[in-house]
Amino acid sequence: MVEPIYAEVNVDDELQPLTMPPVSRQTLAIYCGASGDHNPIHVDFDFARESGLDDVIAHGMLVMAYMGRLLTGWVRQDAIRSFDTRFQAMTQVGDAITVHGRVVEKFSDDNTNCVRIDLAAIDQHNEVKAIGSAVVSLN
Amino acid sequence: MIDRKFIGYRSPSFDAEVEKGRLRLFAKAIGEPDPIYSDERAAQAAGYRSIPVPPTFLFCLEMEQPDPYRWFRDIGIPLPYALHGGQSFRYQATACAGDVLTFDAEVVDIYDKKNGALEFVVQEVYIRDQRTSPIAGFTRTIVVRND
Repeated sequence: MVEPIYAEVNVDDELQPLTMPPVSRQTLAIYCGASGDHNPIHVDFDFARESGLDDVIAHGMLVMAYMGRLLTGWVRQDAIRSFDTRFQAMTQVGDAITVHGRVVEKFSDDNTNCVRIDLAAIDQHNEVKAIGSAVVSLN
Repeated sequence: MIDRKFIGYRSPSFDAEVEKGRLRLFAKAIGEPDPIYSDERAAQAAGYRSIPVPPTFLFCLEMEQPDPYRWFRDIGIPLPYALHGGQSFRYQATACAGDVLTFDAEVVDIYDKKNGALEFVVQEVYIRDQRTSPIAGFTRTIVVRND
């Protein structure tokens, strides 16, 4: 990985977007086991229907994990200071998530150079599934 | 409606060990190709003590407790109508495989919008490592659909 350098990063720079394959039931089953989040609404069709949904829905944290991949693909993980997400819409089976990131601020905090990244996860219909923000330190 | 008296509700403290196998499975689950998230040698070559805990996996470790939805029942959040509204992490250090992390959680706010159609429960989680240093924390917002 080529580390971004603070002096060479500019506000409005876009990170290389990350597009994931469509979410399948297997994606959700593996994420259920790997994450330890066994909430049945993500894997049990009958439970989802009884909850008033048409089908199971993806874990919000799966979408946030994709956002995390965008960040750790850009900077070393130990450069990440904070990482926030607000979930906007349910992610359904079949949705293909693309994560976008854009530099929105450069600032110094305790003599450390930091940049703020705005994040968005959208599906194949351009529906926004989650928006987020992260602060990373750069040399 | 969720009783506001549960603002201040604390979950029992518990420990979770960070296991390499789980981290490898998590890397597979999110399609992570970077070998530092599955191969200890690659992680060490990159300067980490072992495989690092990915940014969102702290949330997963918090669900390692025997009954992760106990606090839902204790304060009256109905699981079928609960959605994850938001999640915020703050990092002081990067946890790695082999660490034993201690989690403490507290409900810090309960409020509603749209005349009670949506209720919000905000929980703060504090994370220390085996050296008892704070390494990270997160805020989880649960939304309950009452419509």
